[in-house]
Amino acid sequence: MAITEERPEILELESGDTSFSTGAFARPTNASGWRAWFFTVDHKKIGIMYGAVAMFWFLWGGVEALLIRAQLFTPNGTVLTAEQYNQIFTMHGTTMVFLVIMPLAAAFANYIVPLQIGARDVAFPRMNALGLWLFVFGGIFLNLSWFLGGGPDGGWFAYAPNTGVTFSPGAGMDFYALGLQIAGIASLVGAINLIVTVLNMRAPGMTMLRMPVFTWMILVVQFLLLFALPVITVALILLSFDRTFDANFFNVAMGADPLLWQHLFWIFGHPEVYILILPSFGIVSETLPVFSRKPLFGYSVIVISGAAIGFMGWGVWAHHMFVSGLGPVGVAAFSATTMFIAVPTGVKILNWIATMWGGNLRFTVPMMFSISLVSMFTIGGLSGVMHSVAPADTQQTDTYFIVAHFHYVLFGGALMGLFAGMYYWWPKAFGYKLSESLGKWHFWILLVGFNMTFGPMHIVGLQGMARRHSRYGPEDGFDFWNAVVTIGAFVILIGMIVFAVNIVRSWLGYKAGTIPQEPADPWDARTIEWAIPCPTPEHNFDYVPVITDIDDFWHKKYQPDENGKLRKIADGNEIAQKGDQSPHLPSPSYWPIVLAAGLPLIALGLIYNLWVSGIGLVLLLGAMFGWSLEPATDPNAGHDDHGDDHDPDTNAPDGDEGGDAEVAEEAPVG
Amino acid sequence: MADIDEIDTSNLAYGRTEWDDHHHLPTNTGLTNEKVTMWAFLGSDCLLFGALISTYLLLRNRVGPATSGPTAADLFDIPFTSVSSFVLLMSSLTMVLAVTSIQRAEMDRCKLWLLTTAALGSIFIAGQVYEFTSFYREGLGFTTNISSSAFYTLTGFHGVHVSLGIVMLVTMWVLVSGGQIGPERAETIEIIGLYWHFVDIVWIVIFAVVYLIP
Ligand code: HEM
Ligand SMILES: [Cu+2]
Repeated sequence: MAITEERPEILELESGDTSFSTGAFARPTNASGWRAWFFTVDHKKIGIMYGAVAMFWFLWGGVEALLIRAQLFTPNGTVLTAEQYNQIFTMHGTTMVFLVIMPLAAAFANYIVPLQIGARDVAFPRMNALGLWLFVFGGIFLNLSWFLGGGPDGGWFAYAPNTGVTFSPGAGMDFYALGLQIAGIASLVGAINLIVTVLNMRAPGMTMLRMPVFTWMILVVQFLLLFALPVITVALILLSFDRTFDANFFNVAMGADPLLWQHLFWIFGHPEVYILILPSFGIVSETLPVFSRKPLFGYSVIVISGAAIGFMGWGVWAHHMFVSGLGPVGVAAFSATTMFIAVPTGVKILNWIATMWGGNLRFTVPMMFSISLVSMFTIGGLSGVMHSVAPADTQQTDTYFIVAHFHYVLFGGALMGLFAGMYYWWPKAFGYKLSESLGKWHFWILLVGFNMTFGPMHIVGLQGMARRHSRYGPEDGFDFWNAVVTIGAFVILIGMIVFAVNIVRSWLGYKAGTIPQEPADPWDARTIEWAIPCPTPEHNFDYVPVITDIDDFWHKKYQPDENGKLRKIADGNEIAQKGDQSPHLPSPSYWPIVLAAGLPLIALGLIYNLWVSGIGLVLLLGAMFGWSLEPATDPNAGHDDHGDDHDPDTNAPDGDEGGDAEVAEEAPVG
Repeated sequence: MADIDEIDTSNLAYGRTEWDDHHHLPTNTGLTNEKVTMWAFLGSDCLLFGALISTYLLLRNRVGPATSGPTAADLFDIPFTSVSSFVLLMSSLTMVLAVTSIQRAEMDRCKLWLLTTAALGSIFIAGQVYEFTSFYREGLGFTTNISSSAFYTLTGFHGVHVSLGIVMLVTMWVLVSGGQIGPERAETIEIIGLYWHFVDIVWIVIFAVVYLIP
């Protein structure tokens, strides 16, 4: 093993000067406790933190949702004032989109993608940590507004000029514009990192068309982020310049065009909805074959339609603007493209159904959540196609029918898929399964509550109940269904409490030894993240896995016999790697979190006092300096490595191409 | 660079191949991670400028009913800006020379060309500062009207990009002079070169679309 090799002299690569490479300050060690989390650069810990923080915001976004529903429980609700209502529904949407679903997807992307491609970490581990902390601080910054004069109140879409100083004089929209900017940088950093990881660091033999579908969908999403984020960045910059420096982009008195914001926002916004849904599409494309014990029907079709959605998603944004006066040509064109984009989406749904068709279904909790994605998303997709018919949409737009649509795709689709992923990969991350029986309670209560909450919205929507309004009158006749909806929302709350209980009880049971530690391959799964122990060892793979097939792990367990019938030839838990090597890893670092802390300070200063920005800037530049002096891997931590800023298994232009693939003395049982 | 997929895959069982901490595996694309990163970033930046340029095009003629302020286009000094654009274009040439010289291990030349590139970039920025000041003197402030906000934002963002490029070039010059960067790290300079060329190309688009098309 490499451990015994002597110090390499390649340390000089960083700079040609070894003393230069060791960093200006002491660096954190792999200690345990909170330091192990705050300064980690391990993609698995980062993934878990993304998930934990997102679940916290999910709780908070859920409280906001319940406040909205409490207000609308009866006509002329008095729980919230109109101002408070505007702030709450704005922050509910903003939180759920940017602080819950996107980071939950990032959690899975970070944890699972390197494992699925057989890599030891992402391409730039410290950048990964930076993305996490920017997301954390961006979320805190956004919500600081509650304590500093009130939350943003212009909707998650923040239509300018309505969000300019004239109509939204409080600081709330400043927090929105700057907070999303910070969260946006986080996503951009993460997107670039994952793109490089997937393009460059796949295990030998894993061609693009052998990649698991989840990894594929994450790759598509990262490209969508890469190209969509700069557009909202520009929109937010224009808004901030208007609000902070008195620019005139949205100044109607000067002849501004209110459609400018809408175009920019929705050019970002529609790709964004695919950013939200495709990770879950990827998750169920993993779980459905595993629990149907059949290969995914039409792997390449699913991959291609996923990529097609990614492309076509750029050409439909104005379907959010059908009533804004685009003119008949624009409306007709965007109506047509919107109808077309439902095609690849429908193709995927048909593929999943065909995957389950005739399969040997196992109704585990992840399977149930996956099936509910397929069915609930279809309902949302169908109402989406209804909106694509512009004359119909003229009736539906800005009503609760739209609210029903996007909750069926976002809650019934994205979130259900993410829950499927949690139950499915929980043993890989923590070593034990969540309780299946509590999980089923969680599932059924959630499913009923979900349909009770969002189903009736179709009805009140078509009856004309407007969205974004804090009150409806007794004469409107919306009372009954609104009461049902509010009760449904509390049923969802109960479902989520069951989930929380499940997490706590399973964890306690695991600690107490009543819930067993799972072996490497508890679900008899198909992809190579199951070829390593549960929970994942710190270094992921002992040996570079060599890939020969789609669903490689499955093919190492099952092979057709002479008659072409599938026979089990090996047990997954036995051929899995043992996790008993201890190669050295990228070292922890202080700088990502310090650097990330600079940005909210700069943003606060832009709102209140430029001196604060100055402090933030000093922090930022200091951290950049410290970062650049510090090698990615601590030369003093145990066993040494090159001082370059990337993972050991990438190539630096160092002209040494020595051993690509050395053969280990002993191969594990297989 | 070898393609990782060409590695012998005849071993069926997991765990034949050892991780190797001292010799990098080749990447799947054959490009280094750093280079792919720069390409991805530039792809993203295209959309940033795309959105800014579209915004300017939409707003270029809007001065608003209440103002008598000029639009930026009323004040353009095309000959002046042509010269500074030419200077920036030439800096792409010197950047190419810097990259070739470090690839040939001619460190002194590399230093010279790095510095020349940074200097040409600085001349361009000086020109922009001069342009902004004279526009301001002629009554076109950032907040004067819609078109002025759009003009300053677009060109300002480009200016910031060039300035960051200059900072990187000077840093490279320092590191090459101090011997921390040698020919084996030619790629670092090459990657900065990618950024620099990108910023130049964006300027050509801005110059054509904003200044030349009436
Ligand atoms: C079958 C594919 C889909 C079609 C044809 C479709 C169509 C539409 C249309 C035309 C609208 C605008 C309605 C209006 O405001 O009048 C809309 C709104 C919306 N859609 Fe979809 N959609 C689809 C899938 C999705 C997915 C997958 C998501 C998210 C995961 C999503 C999230 C949303 C959201 C959040 C809105 C409301 C935005 C707002 O006004 O705040 N849609 N959809
Ligand atoms: Cu859309």
